[in-house]
Amino acid sequence: MAKLKLKAHHIDRDWCKGCGICVRFCPKHVLQLDDREKAYAAHPEKCIGCRLCEMRCPDLSITVETEEEGEKS
Amino acid sequence: MASVKEYIRERFFPHIWCPGCGHGTVLKSLITAVDQLGLSKNDIVMVSGIGCSSRIAGYVDFHTLHTLHGRALAFATGVKLSKPQLRVMVPMGDGDALAIGGNHFIHAARRNIAMTAIVMNNRIYGMTGGQFSPLSGYGKAATTAPYGNIDHDFDVVQLAKAAGASFVARTTTYHAPQMVEILKQAFTHKGFAVVEILTQCPTYFGRKNKMGEAPDMLEWFKENTTPIGSQAKQKNPSLIERGVFVAEEKAEYCTEYEKVVERAMKGRE
Amino acid sequence: MNPKIHFLQGNEACVEAALYAGVQFYAGYPITPSTEIAEHMAYRLPQKGGKFIQMEDEIASICAIIGASLTGHKVMTATSGPGFSLMQEGLGYAIMAEIPCVIVNVQRGGPSTGLPTGPSQGDIYQARWGTHGDHAIIALTASNHQDIFEITVQAFNMAETYRTPVILLFDEVIGHMRERLIMPEEGEIPVVDRLRTSVKAGVDYHPYLPREDGRLPMSDFGGEHRYNVTGLFHDMWGFPSDNPAVVHGLLRHLVDKIRNNVQAITRYKEYHLEDAQTILISYGCSARSALHVVQNRRARGERLGLLELQSLWPFPYSLVEEKCAEARHIVVVEMNMGQVVRAVKRAVYNPERVVLANRIDGSFITPTDIKNILRLIQGKGV
Repeated sequence: MAKLKLKAHHIDRDWCKGCGICVRFCPKHVLQLDDREKAYAAHPEKCIGCRLCEMRCPDLSITVETEEEGEKS
Repeated sequence: MASVKEYIRERFFPHIWCPGCGHGTVLKSLITAVDQLGLSKNDIVMVSGIGCSSRIAGYVDFHTLHTLHGRALAFATGVKLSKPQLRVMVPMGDGDALAIGGNHFIHAARRNIAMTAIVMNNRIYGMTGGQFSPLSGYGKAATTAPYGNIDHDFDVVQLAKAAGASFVARTTTYHAPQMVEILKQAFTHKGFAVVEILTQCPTYFGRKNKMGEAPDMLEWFKENTTPIGSQAKQKNPSLIERGVFVAEEKAEYCTEYEKVVERAMKGRE
Repeated sequence: MNPKIHFLQGNEACVEAALYAGVQFYAGYPITPSTEIAEHMAYRLPQKGGKFIQMEDEIASICAIIGASLTGHKVMTATSGPGFSLMQEGLGYAIMAEIPCVIVNVQRGGPSTGLPTGPSQGDIYQARWGTHGDHAIIALTASNHQDIFEITVQAFNMAETYRTPVILLFDEVIGHMRERLIMPEEGEIPVVDRLRTSVKAGVDYHPYLPREDGRLPMSDFGGEHRYNVTGLFHDMWGFPSDNPAVVHGLLRHLVDKIRNNVQAITRYKEYHLEDAQTILISYGCSARSALHVVQNRRARGERLGLLELQSLWPFPYSLVEEKCAEARHIVVVEMNMGQVVRAVKRAVYNPERVVLANRIDGSFITPTDIKNILRLIQGKGV
């Protein structure tokens, strides 16, 4: 299987309630809460596209868009 | 997967659940399981009871029946038996499913009627503000146990097994990928399926019992659960096992009733 | 033997009538004196391709029939006294969510476990107000097996017409008594089928938006329209709402759809009312004794008449007022401490004309019991 590469994190700021679950459990510490307590991708370059943030987000506010390594966007 | 928005009633978002409440993770996993199985929205009926958990039915774009406290499985039994081709999902809270609805739970399991009972176990009554539930556990704190809870809890998995459920599993909101896989198995199981999901209520159970914020409670699920039959469990029997405990073939109620109809009609000739 | 003539229990007549009306789903729990309804349903329903299920209690029974009604089926449950108390929660849900269903209460003596095998008519007000909150309800009754048949079919028809639960208030006497029933031919009694929406798939369907005639076409669960059903106050899509205008509108609708149709719902029979100086008002098993007295006295030239009510809720106030306008005495014959008599007193001018002839000891009220009251009224002593 080809390796997945991040294309974008889509975070719905209206839906995010800032619980911090995505921040705590991101294996690469990609996500952080901003000064309004909304999640954002502080280090998108470290993302491995595992989608754990998307799966655990209780607010359904995260979508991780990925593409296969080498694909052109 | 198709966008999560294909399956929800977007106009009601953001949802009413508190920040960090695990119920949203259950909703997300449920949608993911439905999408991965390629189920048709028109074939799904979600029946819920009363409480924080029951609000899940309002958010999904299926046929949805938001019923009475504890009675979801009884309503669902009428839906399923009258139209067996429908897929019936019954998300319930722990108080909903096992206190006021305990009897319905036992008898739905005993009949082995094909539907999925999802027990969203956060060990507290959240909607009414943090009273102890039958699954809070001895010694826990709640607004109706200001001097400590003296009620003992019970094991949902053991209860479901004893009552005759033909599929019984447990997972947590921390283990979302496992939750999706278990829900997929449950949704396609031909019989009564029970999925207990340990979920966090940071607002009441967490705060009352000094378990920290939502991420800390997820950490607790990670540290205190283990796959069924693991070595860790042998070393530390207090660990809670996760996984599929029962998955067996057993005469299913609606299928059996079709045979009753056949016999009754033969008698008429 | 004529195959159309049957000799059976009232409970069995009720089942045959439900099948005639098209019942497809029954859920129940055994309780005296209604159990024969469950037994006969378990036997008869699968013969017609329908479904019978014995639930774990009466709460579950009424919930199950509501679920089955939503998938597009005609549904029924039956119970007695304590079971009817347990069903009040589900009854309120069916009222709020506007679910067509029929609930039979074969009354026995109460309160509590009371007299399981003794007759009573003590649940008249429980049928009206047993579930909490403002609401309207339809409750029907009958005094013989031919009428049980007819009124049971009407109960299903009204449930579909008004999208509401309908209660059949029978009693131990007529439930267990055996007598003749002439089975009506197909088509002899009109049967109302479920009104389904003509809104096409993909077009916004409003399950809770009444048409101009007040009716709400339904869409079966599993069909093209996915909507929400709840016991909370809800908008026209079925989603919870606490908007005061929505709450007010829905409550008015729930009450008015019954209240505005009292005339269409009212069922009664009358015997010799035209010149009656004394009118007996009765229903259910009590009406049998009342009718006996009326026929007996008429034969002797006494101006006695009987108004037999077959619909108790909504109470037919105008009918009672009109029929009793000229009467000198109005005697309500019933087997309770005075339930329908209260409504009759509210209905008529000069309510001091109204007296109660009752019996509350678990024995069937006899013509002699009624005659004793008549002697008192007429100043003859007992």
